[in-house]
Amino acid sequence: MTQNPYLWLIPTLPLAGAAINGFLGRRSSKTAVTTIALAFPGLAFALALWIALGFSSSAAPYVFNLAHWIRSGNFSVDFAFYLDQLSLVMLLVVTGVGFLIHVYSVGYMSDDPSYYRFFTYLNLFMFFMLTLILANNYLVMFIGWEGVGLASYLLIGFWFQKDSAASAGKKAFIVNRIGDFGFLIGLFLIIQHFGSLNFTEVFSKVEPLQAETSGAGLLTTIGILLMVGACGKSAQIPLYVWLPDAMEGPTPVSALIHAATMVTAGVYMVARSHVIFERAPIALTVVAIIGTLTALFAATIGITQTDIKKVLAYSTVSQLGYMFMACGVGAFSAGIFHLMTHAFFKGLLFLGAGSVIHAVGGEQDMRKMGGLKTYIPTTFATMLIATAAIAGIPPLAGFWSKDEILWKAYEANPIYWAIGAITAFITSFYMFRLLFMTFWGDYKGIQVDDHGHAHATHGHGEHGHGEPHESPMVMLVPLMVLALLSLVGGLVGIHNGFEHFLEPVFGGEFPAAVTEGHGNTELLLMGISVLFSLAGLFVAYVLYVSKPYLPQKIAASLGAFYEAVLNKYYVDEIYAKLFVKPLVDGSTAILWQGVDRKVIDDTVNNVADGAKHVSDEVRHMQSGNLRSYAGWIAAGAAVVIAYMVYLGVGR
Amino acid sequence: MVPLSYYLVLSGILFACGVTGFLIKRNIITIFMSIELMLNGVNLSFVAFAAHWHVLAGQVFVFFVMVVAAAEAAVGLAIIIAVYRTRETLNVDQVNLLKL
Repeated sequence: MTQNPYLWLIPTLPLAGAAINGFLGRRSSKTAVTTIALAFPGLAFALALWIALGFSSSAAPYVFNLAHWIRSGNFSVDFAFYLDQLSLVMLLVVTGVGFLIHVYSVGYMSDDPSYYRFFTYLNLFMFFMLTLILANNYLVMFIGWEGVGLASYLLIGFWFQKDSAASAGKKAFIVNRIGDFGFLIGLFLIIQHFGSLNFTEVFSKVEPLQAETSGAGLLTTIGILLMVGACGKSAQIPLYVWLPDAMEGPTPVSALIHAATMVTAGVYMVARSHVIFERAPIALTVVAIIGTLTALFAATIGITQTDIKKVLAYSTVSQLGYMFMACGVGAFSAGIFHLMTHAFFKGLLFLGAGSVIHAVGGEQDMRKMGGLKTYIPTTFATMLIATAAIAGIPPLAGFWSKDEILWKAYEANPIYWAIGAITAFITSFYMFRLLFMTFWGDYKGIQVDDHGHAHATHGHGEHGHGEPHESPMVMLVPLMVLALLSLVGGLVGIHNGFEHFLEPVFGGEFPAAVTEGHGNTELLLMGISVLFSLAGLFVAYVLYVSKPYLPQKIAASLGAFYEAVLNKYYVDEIYAKLFVKPLVDGSTAILWQGVDRKVIDDTVNNVADGAKHVSDEVRHMQSGNLRSYAGWIAAGAAVVIAYMVYLGVGR
Repeated sequence: MVPLSYYLVLSGILFACGVTGFLIKRNIITIFMSIELMLNGVNLSFVAFAAHWHVLAGQVFVFFVMVVAAAEAAVGLAIIIAVYRTRETLNVDQVNLLKL
């Protein structure tokens, strides 16, 4: 443990930016808002880089205790920060990708009337996300956890004049509450049994415990509850439903919060709690199964979506599933590796999609795009790199991390691998479908301008007509940087370099994978997954470029199944029937009409009515008639005297 | 010597006259005079007791009552004039603006 007095500055800098822009932004010039919005996260990134330079893989964790927070008997919680290899990776991803997306937003949001508000929220998000990452105990982490939820809510509902955006924000917030409930109960259990929330203390108390192989016990319960929290934040089955709706927010928000950083918080939390999970095999299995199912499930939905951002949203859910699959088979470093590369290429994909949407005047329906590669070549080139990266084509970033996960999954259970490989094929297919639909063929957008008005609030209304046009440099530079990272970001995984870097955190519990990992089996599996990726590319090419009439035929022949997938398996409808409607009805009938109106309102009203009736009677005494007052005084005096005589006072 | 009870009976009669006048009369001036009558009824009983028990406190108290009565007469008459100027009546039944 090394004290590092600069650690607290990293989260605080974006907070300062948010405060300045939040309080003064309305009256400041746009240049001033831009400067502050970029300077503070930029400084945080620079500081993070500087700290990272002094932090080698063997370094002991940096700690900094900012203040005491809770002191209650033996239980205490501090505002303290903690930086080890795991948080360092997260820190660099969040500040780096976050800063790039801030730069991009300057271009993307330039026409928005609430420019300063956007950057206030974005900086606020950075503050909470960095708090989450740098926390040294679960409670400070929980502050960040809830804070990013708040920032996410504010930014999804950024265009709150649109009803759909406002309700998408609410949906995200409420679904996350369900997950947070599980997380909180997990934390209570930790407090009760380990008497602390400090990571180091809790884990040192957990470490001597036996793994709960025979049956579910305390650690399994805690693990599953933490996983419930992670499911909410990281959009896993059954709580993934909010993420696709969250695409109502501005595209940079989708890139930053709903692809690169916030949604990975669940993965980070599970990886951070790996000591608990490693001793709870049942909880790990639950994590793996949820991750695997989510990966496959979301990928299939992604095939049928036509909204460019919705495809990417389901793709994000699916990729997060991969990360949980990795955590579930105990390959935490592989999960974090994929988290990092995913932040690069998915951030890039979203920003590229934003650039495409910008180019075609706010249109998001891919069926109305096409042929864009000649209009916006830079966006096309970067999107191509990102698509190849997510599809897992070597030697791009996604290939290395996905391959690592699939190999680890194969070692644990070939079924995970099989589903993962199929998902890789589907991923490759729907991503190239997106690419072909958007950039190949002929541009179909010019004759469609009846949608322009629907997106007027996006600030792109004035671009609704005419040729698609390339985005300004301020948007393209972040695309290029992320494209570079998507190209080479995976190379840190060669020879398990990334895994070795994280070894001080995750330990060498899985030495078999480290030492003899690169045998023939792995090469074979690698070959198979590359083949799957190429197959996806090929099928997408056939269906959407060479024979574009085929997809409709296939869809028609699949009939009801296609309908179900197109409608996202009716999950939203099922949830509405199963949970939302009973809750709304129950709240209306029992809580509102029953408790609120019958009990609370009626009690208050009856008390008031009673007071009114009594007063109505009594007020007649106050007639304003002097002689009646005198009469009352005389009568009262007579009564008092009579009573005193009766008692015999003075006798 | 006149026995104490005579004074007290007279005092009681004076006080009762005052109360009755206060209750049944409508003219403020008359009510005002009824108050003076009650005060003097009480004064009489004070001096009667003081003489009977040979205690000077009762006598002194009467002076206080007289002073207060004089002050009250001054203030009261001023109020009566003010009331008459605004309401143009001295009938208390018509001075009932405080009624709800």
